[in-house]
Amino acid sequence: MTTVENEKPQYKYIGADRKRVEDPRLLVGRGGYIADLKLPGLLHAAILRSPVPHATIRSIDATEALKLPGVVAVVTGEDCKAHMNPCMNFGPSSIPQFPLAVDKVRYVGEAVAAVIAESRYIAEDAVELLEVEFDDLPAVTNPVAAMEPGAALLHEGHGSNIGYERTFEFGEVAEAFSGADLVVEDTLHWGRSAGMPMETSGAVARPGLNGVLEIFCNSLNFSYFSFLIAGALKLPSNRLTMNPVPAGGSFGSKFTAHKVPTLAGFLALRTGRPVSYVEDRLDHLMNSDHHASDRYYDAKMGFTSEGIITGLDVDVVDDYGAYMQFGVGTHGNAFSQIVGPYGFRNVKYHLRAVLTNKCQQGAYRGFGSEVHNWVLERLIDKAAAELGLAPEEIRRRNFIQNDQFPYKIPGGNVYDSGNYPAVLDKALGMIDLEHWRKEQKRLREEEGRYIGIGLATTQERSVFSATEFWALNDNPDFPLTSSPESATVTIDPTGQFQLLLHCQSMWGNSPETVGTTVLAEEFGIEPETVNVSYADTARALPGTGPGGSRYTVMLAGAVRGASRKLQRKLVDIAAHTLEVAPEDLELVDARVQVTGAPEKSLSLAELASTAYFFALNMPPGMESGLEESFTYDHPYTTLPAADRSDLGVFYPIMGHACHIAVMEVDPDTGRTSFLDYVAVHDAGTMVNPKSLGGHVTGGAAQGLGSTLYEELAYDDEGQFKSSTFLDYLVPTANEVPPFRLGHVETPSPFTEYGIKGGGEGGRMVTPSVVSAAIDDALREYGMRVRELPVKPADIVATVQASIARG
Amino acid sequence: MTSTENKYDTDTRTVTLRVNGREVTREVPTRLTLADFLRDDLDLVSVHLGCEHGVCGCCTVLLDGGSVRSCLMLAVQAVGHEVETVESLSADQNNLHPIQEAFAEEQGLQCGFCTPAMVLRTKEILADGQERSDDEVRDEISGILCRCTGYQNIINAVQNAGRKLRCGASGGCGTAGDEAKGA
Ligand code: FES
Ligand code: FES
Repeated sequence: MTTVENEKPQYKYIGADRKRVEDPRLLVGRGGYIADLKLPGLLHAAILRSPVPHATIRSIDATEALKLPGVVAVVTGEDCKAHMNPCMNFGPSSIPQFPLAVDKVRYVGEAVAAVIAESRYIAEDAVELLEVEFDDLPAVTNPVAAMEPGAALLHEGHGSNIGYERTFEFGEVAEAFSGADLVVEDTLHWGRSAGMPMETSGAVARPGLNGVLEIFCNSLNFSYFSFLIAGALKLPSNRLTMNPVPAGGSFGSKFTAHKVPTLAGFLALRTGRPVSYVEDRLDHLMNSDHHASDRYYDAKMGFTSEGIITGLDVDVVDDYGAYMQFGVGTHGNAFSQIVGPYGFRNVKYHLRAVLTNKCQQGAYRGFGSEVHNWVLERLIDKAAAELGLAPEEIRRRNFIQNDQFPYKIPGGNVYDSGNYPAVLDKALGMIDLEHWRKEQKRLREEEGRYIGIGLATTQERSVFSATEFWALNDNPDFPLTSSPESATVTIDPTGQFQLLLHCQSMWGNSPETVGTTVLAEEFGIEPETVNVSYADTARALPGTGPGGSRYTVMLAGAVRGASRKLQRKLVDIAAHTLEVAPEDLELVDARVQVTGAPEKSLSLAELASTAYFFALNMPPGMESGLEESFTYDHPYTTLPAADRSDLGVFYPIMGHACHIAVMEVDPDTGRTSFLDYVAVHDAGTMVNPKSLGGHVTGGAAQGLGSTLYEELAYDDEGQFKSSTFLDYLVPTANEVPPFRLGHVETPSPFTEYGIKGGGEGGRMVTPSVVSAAIDDALREYGMRVRELPVKPADIVATVQASIARG
Repeated sequence: MTSTENKYDTDTRTVTLRVNGREVTREVPTRLTLADFLRDDLDLVSVHLGCEHGVCGCCTVLLDGGSVRSCLMLAVQAVGHEVETVESLSADQNNLHPIQEAFAEEQGLQCGFCTPAMVLRTKEILADGQERSDDEVRDEISGILCRCTGYQNIINAVQNAGRKLRCGASGGCGTAGDEAKGA
């Protein structure tokens, strides 16, 4: 059930539930995913992965493997070192990474050697025949231990296992705590999970004409980074063409998945033949481009006796694994909404990003801000319990008020707009809290059942800006400040529309539905009539791709910009033909007409045929044809201060959400189930409420996974324990409850149509809500969720310990 | 994962089976999975491989009308059987089968990777013409993982498809309230 508040339906197409234009081809099984791509003479690669967490590679003997009929080549890290530059890397350059391990391995699953063969079956047979000798080194798996002097060192060239350390302080933090009436403290651990799309990462590379290497891949912002991949492959950037291939889900995991296309490209260059490398699930689980946040917190929050937050002090140790591809970008995202929806001004954040013998970490839906949000909400719930305030009341007292927007938070980011009380009220209106609080009491007393109610809010930052990459680094390797998106709109001679997108396609975020909806809005045509295609990097205009909940906003801006240019041209042609002033014309329902006089009009087809075939009928000097491109730059971004006392504006388009869950918890088995769940989101103007609702629901399901089921586990020796879907538990339909959705719209003042991004909100808040509901259900046992995922055994242990204490 | 070439796999056998209503005969390696046979030998790329170890269900096809994980079967095990992939409902995106249409109407898909499996499973669930509760449908699709949708829209799609199949394309004979429930 969806409740939509849309009092001012000012648009005809934007804001309406529409069927997605992507769906028909997906429904007949023609999604065109990377594994579907077949090229003549295609070879297949399989990878030998390290079985040990830390070791020097003494030797790799491929003699037997190369004897196997059908095997074409074996490629190792030695070859990479000889013929490549390190892969793209936003972290310290003293932590280089190659697609195959050079000299030593640093985690279980790191790629050691690639076999290229006539079929994947044979390549995998040959992997079994490779003989590799490792000299084991001590492994370090605990990030705190990794910081101790004498701990096994991952990167000699870096000289320390601390990849990054810095303290940020905004406001008067010491005063905020010394003057507080209540200080709550907690140690919290957010465990490692990952985006885990059903389709793994993959790439097909083909050496082609003119010395151009073509790479087809499902990595999402390929157009943003192709020049870096060219650099790694030692190719001039105009000798690498990357072709977008739709992704079967990403959720951050394919955000820049760079090792797979780089490796495929390298293998194609070494063999001179087209090579496909598509991860299998084992590859993906142990060594996808990256896992996600794995953080340990000592956190405290100060409050007045009224429950007003005075300050936040966070000490976070982040287990980054063996490499640091993105620097500390996942903390940049936390900084973008560091105070959540609350109006406090004093924040201290001590960050240590630590290297350990695990897979590197990077993006997953929320990109680190979901973790920070969980910490905020955990602390505020603890304070509410101590102050005797209802969860909704303590939040209401701290909200940033409607008249304060645009609102600059400590740290420098700006929130564009919002109405947090309205979102809370809507959520409360959708669920009968009073009823559930009575039920909670009654079920406990009469039936011995334990139910709990969790309520949490979250910010949902969107439209990331590249300045984020260097907000936390004084001397970033790539001090980018652009993160634009482009669109090209063509009207053909008969008046039919072509839309060319300049980035990766990912059907989950419905780029074609969004783009065609905007075109429909601008021209009064039917969205389904537009044909959509994608530029490769040889043709692509600036693009950044999906990620950071930006694509809907940026694409809408780009398509609208190109539309406006075309509209001007159409109006000028019509003005010339009808012999009226352009100011007297308007574009209505696919016609240009004299304002208010539809009988004096020209259709798009008539105008288009003029533009293509009748130059003498056009205004003098006008170019023939109807094609316009527009590059929409980030709507609002600023640089950080030199001393980083202000990190600048890098995520100003700010959504918001409130979820409320009613859960039952069985204290004997730890089993959890949902009795009701409402989720209210504000993502500004909605382009398509139904697809936005799909995002919320899908994200919330992933949040449940991170909270209750999913864990990329390593044992103390560094062995990987989650190498199949029997170990890594993606929620099934039985674990995901129906979510009752509601929407509030506070349009952004900074974007076209007022749209905000909505891709990540679902996963941003479910962990906080579920943690709170479990605590509430088992309050009499002193339950407090401090570590995710919270497993049934943890719940039972808490209950048992509480009973034992009496 | 992929194998069209079998020249180096010497242990081969001739298989004959029916696929989407047509009899096919091919010589295949005995170790070739049914999934790879369908994808690579018959170009039925709707069969998606998400895990290749029998958990995700993305490779689901119907074998004699019942769903099986084609990554866990060998092509030689399908000899003499009838296999259906999603192309058997409709391979024409301008002319979808009512089940496919129901998925489009309810937005029961996002990235589309689990979708062929979900559509086939829906066909199997609805084969008996019985109405089911949302909870029953939830249980019946739980063998296929979807990472995108959070499942609710898939459940709505199965229910919508059931109405269409029971009552004709309009789904007009549903019980009161059914129509609204799709939202
Ligand atoms: S691919 Fe067959 S069950 Fe996952
Ligand atoms: S739609 Fe993406 S996995 Fe189901």
